[in-house]
Order: sequence, then C-alpha cells, then structure tokens
Amino acid sequence: MTTLAHILKEKSETCLDRAAVILMKSGEPDRTITYGELVQGSLAVAGTLSAHGIKPDEVVVLILQHGSQLIFSFFGAILHGAIPSIMPFLTEKLLPERYRDGLSSLVSITQPAAIMTYAEFEPEVRAALKTGDSVRAVINESTSQIQVDEDFSGLEGLKRSENDIVLLQHSSGTTGLQKGVALSHRAVLNQLESYSLAIQLRENDVVVSWLPLYHDMGLIAGFLVPILTGVPLVLMSPFDWVRAPYRLMQAVSQYRGTLTWLPNFAYNFCAQKIRPRHMQGVDLSSWRAVINCSEPMRWDSHQQFLACFAPYGLKASALATCYAMAENVFAVTQGGMGSAANVDEIDRQELQTHMRAEPAAPGRPSVKMVSAGRPIANTKVRILSAEGDDLPERKVGEIALYSDCMLSEYYRRPDETRKAFLDGWYLTGDYGYMADGEVYITGRKKDLIIVGGKNIYPQDLEELAMQAEGVHPGRVAAFGVEDVDAGTEEVVIVAEVDIENEVERERIAEDIRERINHGSDVAVQRVHLVGKGWLVKTSSGKVSRSANREKFLVEVEKNQTANT
Amino acid sequence: MTDEIVTRLNEFITTKILKGSKKFLAGEEAIISSGLVDSFSLVDLALFVEDTFGVLIDDTELNAATFDTTGQLAEIIRQRQS
Repeated sequence: MTTLAHILKEKSETCLDRAAVILMKSGEPDRTITYGELVQGSLAVAGTLSAHGIKPDEVVVLILQHGSQLIFSFFGAILHGAIPSIMPFLTEKLLPERYRDGLSSLVSITQPAAIMTYAEFEPEVRAALKTGDSVRAVINESTSQIQVDEDFSGLEGLKRSENDIVLLQHSSGTTGLQKGVALSHRAVLNQLESYSLAIQLRENDVVVSWLPLYHDMGLIAGFLVPILTGVPLVLMSPFDWVRAPYRLMQAVSQYRGTLTWLPNFAYNFCAQKIRPRHMQGVDLSSWRAVINCSEPMRWDSHQQFLACFAPYGLKASALATCYAMAENVFAVTQGGMGSAANVDEIDRQELQTHMRAEPAAPGRPSVKMVSAGRPIANTKVRILSAEGDDLPERKVGEIALYSDCMLSEYYRRPDETRKAFLDGWYLTGDYGYMADGEVYITGRKKDLIIVGGKNIYPQDLEELAMQAEGVHPGRVAAFGVEDVDAGTEEVVIVAEVDIENEVERERIAEDIRERINHGSDVAVQRVHLVGKGWLVKTSSGKVSRSANREKFLVEVEKNQTANT
Repeated sequence: MTDEIVTRLNEFITTKILKGSKKFLAGEEAIISSGLVDSFSLVDLALFVEDTFGVLIDDTELNAATFDTTGQLAEIIRQRQS
C-alpha cells in the first residue's frame, strides 16, 4: 500500500541530499531545499499538529505565502495524516472584511480543526472565527517550534489508507470556497502515474513554475508531480512573476528547465511585457514542453509566444496543451508532447448555430481550435447531449469523464457531489467535441468566468454590484467576454438603474467597480448601465447570464459599427 | 500646482489600464491598495515609466509600500532623473 506519506519516507531514504525545490524570491538569493530538509521540516510540522491535538483525518487550512513554510506545512499535515487545504493569501487590494467572509464560509462548510498562518496574520484569521467553530488551533511559526524526533516511527500519516482523503482543493471567492474537491491518496497517485506517462516525464526533467499552490495546475503539475517523482522543481511566487514575467525565462535558462505549465493569458503576458534587455543571455532551448492549461487555449497566444521567444531558443514543438480540472486531480487530456499541438480549423457558423465542428471550407469564416490532446491513460472521455446520450465525432456536447483519479466528493457537500455525477461519470460542465481521438474544448455550460486562469463565480460579483446604491437587487448580470489582446476573458457587469443623469450614472458605475475591485479577485473596467427591463430573464424569472451576454455583445457590436 | 509627470501618469492609467474610463484620477488617490491598477497592470505602468521618463522601477518596488499614488510615483521619477 502506498500513500503520499510513504513516498516522502522513501524519498528521505533514497535521495536525502537531492534538490527537491529551488525557491526563488525577488530580491533574495535562491534557496535549495533538499529532500532531507523537506522531510525534516515537514516532520516538525507533523509534530506541531500532534502537540496541538489535531487528529488524523481533520482538515488543516494553510494561509501562507509561497515559501518553505508553506511547503513544510503542506507535507507536514500529510505526514500527520491530516488533510491540508491551501487558501489564497490576502492580496493588497482585497478588503480584509471580504477575506474574512470567505474564510468564515470556508470554515463553516469544511470544518477545519486548525489554521496555520503567520503570527502577524493571526488576528485577521481569529476575526473570521466564531465561538463554537470547528477550529481548535491557530498555529503560527512561533508556536510551531517544537522539537520532535526526526523519524517516521509512530507517524500517523503512514497509517492512512489509500482511499483516505489526502487533500482538498478549492476555487476562490465566496462560492468557490464552499466547494472543496476532496481527493484520495489513490486518486493523486493514479493521476501522477498516468500523467507522468503522458508527458514522458524523465529523471533529467526540471519543472519551473510560478503558479499558485491553491489551484490544481499549481498544486499538482507545478508542485506534487515534480516533488513526488523526484524531479527538481524551481518555484517562484505568482506575486513576483506578475511583476517581473521575465524571471520565468531567466529561471528556465539558469536551471535548464524542461517543463512549465501556464494559463493561456500568460503566453500573451510574457510576449507583450518582456523586453529584449531582460532576455540578454537567456537560452530557452532546454524547454521541451510549455503546457497551456486552465483556461481556453488560443492559437494566437501560442503564435505570439513563439514569435517572441523563438529567437532565444524556444522550439515550436514545445507548445503543448492540457485539459485539466481539480475533480480529476489534474489532467484529463494532454496534447502536443514532442510536436506542436494539433490545430483544427472549423467553420464558425456551423459551430455557433449547429454545435458542429466542420472543417472550414476555403473562404468561409473559421475558428482555429487548438487540440487539448488525447485523454491520459487512466481517463475516458465522452461527449454527451443535453439528454445524456453519446454524440458522434465533431458534434459539440458536454464533456463527461471517468477515471481512477476522480474526486472522492465535494467535501461535506453530498448535495453537490450527487449533482456532479451521471451513472458514475463526472459531468465537467464544459462543452467540447472529439475528432480523431483528440478533445477540443469549445465553451462552458456553467456560468463561470475564467480570468487569467482563475475561476470567478459570477454570483459573487453580482452580489457585490447589487450593494451599490442605485442598483436594483436582482437586476445585475456578470459574465465574461473574450479579451483577445490579453488572451483571456474580461468581466462585464450589466446593471439596471433608474437614474438617467449621466454624472450620477458614472458615479454608480464607479461604485460598482470599487466594490468588485476590493471584494473579489478580479478588477473590472466594463460596467454597462442599462434602463429598467433591459435584462433578459429565464422563464423562472432569474437573470440569464448567457442571454444577457449575447444581448450585450450584439449591442456593443452595433455601437462599434455606428461609430465607424 | 499642476505636475506634468502626474498628469502623464494619470492619462496613461485612465486610457490604457482603465481602458478609457471617464474616471478623474487625482495625484493623491490610491491606485494599488485600491485595486484600481491591479497586479496584472503593474508591469505596464513600470514599462511606461521606463519608456516615457527613462527611469527604471524595479519589480520589487511595484507595491503599495513603495508608492500608492501617482504623486508618490512622480516623486520617485524626479529623484531618479536628477
């Protein structure tokens, strides 16, 4: 029987002095953490949790920034047999009250026994707790300096079974935090096995990542895959990368990085914001796969990235793709390993009106679809009609999957868990089609907005917008529209107001922007104020996001035509 | 007193980062801690300062602790120009 704790034990015996993680931080020298140090640091945390009376199988929430403490706390919880869940750290712009709300809602559903954070952040955490809460300990670094026997004897983590839950993954926002994806040891290890095959993982690989660890792509591909398979990981923080995207290129060059996962917008971001002076002496020829994942993959983004970095050794064959979700631990499919991902040019109108992916005839308006590749070895994919029937090749439907690495449940949410499955198949809520055994993703059934790889729930934004004075409760729609330049989606808020005075309307729009900027993970520019009765409602009287998105796009296009 | 640097920074922020918002931005208004300029746009601001004023802003300085208003950023630019 193998669990993550057994693998860590094995690593501490076989590769004690090998680099597990190279931590990069802007303004500081890089720090190498060997497997020996990783295990020692994690054992100390396991001892701390034990000393605080935290029992195996209890949830430990980690509110820590990128760094050794987060790494040790994560694996320390696992060695103790507890269930770690990483929560995003408070950002500069987010209002502490909103952060507290998110944390409270996480606590009420997930029922963690402990929260690990920094001493200076402890008051913020305590402010989110109520008497009678499940949280028995808020642990910071000063309370965790407990001497422990640095060995594995009697370690609770080694007594766990493969089917026990090893970790929880959440999306951000009030809504996302209420739905934790619970994954078993077995699921994580099965994913690792199949995914390692799919990306032809080898011993001399070096993973370079700046992705956040509270997100599946960062946690699995950019953290657990390398650490548990013995491949070195060069890890920088998303906070540093977004301010200095060139550091990724420099890190790949310096450490001869071979594998990196990026959300689509990052291809545009790097291509647009890195200057030649940052690239002096940079050599990207070691990169064998830059894998596009976690938001719609765009052909243009790959081309921009390639044009910009081919002069520094980036190979066209390195542009790879992946379709992934936390509910399958991570990858569902993988494409473009060894050669560039396939591109399927299809008829735009056929896709939009008949949900069919017909190869485009010359001269017809077309869409270039980037293949997400083939399902990985342990995962089966079906395309289903609204009635749940299998659809033929090139017909668009909902993607359903079945694998030996699916979620155990949405943690403590039997209602949500039941809704997510159909006869044992997980319904992804994504639309797509199959062609020649490869999966293409065309859109989403669920009203989710993905901005820069981050899942944003529209209901969270609508709730914030409705708090603005002058906006009618229930008369707001939030949705995403394509932002071609940035290679991601942009949030649009449409709100009904009665006021006609232009100055007053601008004030309301500004109020909505401020509330969303402070209250969520996104910044919104496009606030579209409309008169009463503009918003399209469903037969049950609810505001339809998709219908209003269509209406908005038509109106915008009309205005653009009128202005030209 | 009108400050030429502040005016140009504000103009850049409203046209490029806020995409033509009609918002009036004052030199003493918080732009980072307010979320007005979100983290994805900070590097644009740094590149604009570099191109326009010939002043380098290091990525470790792109946070509210170093500057949170265009007035404060203008001050940094002036110090480095002289």
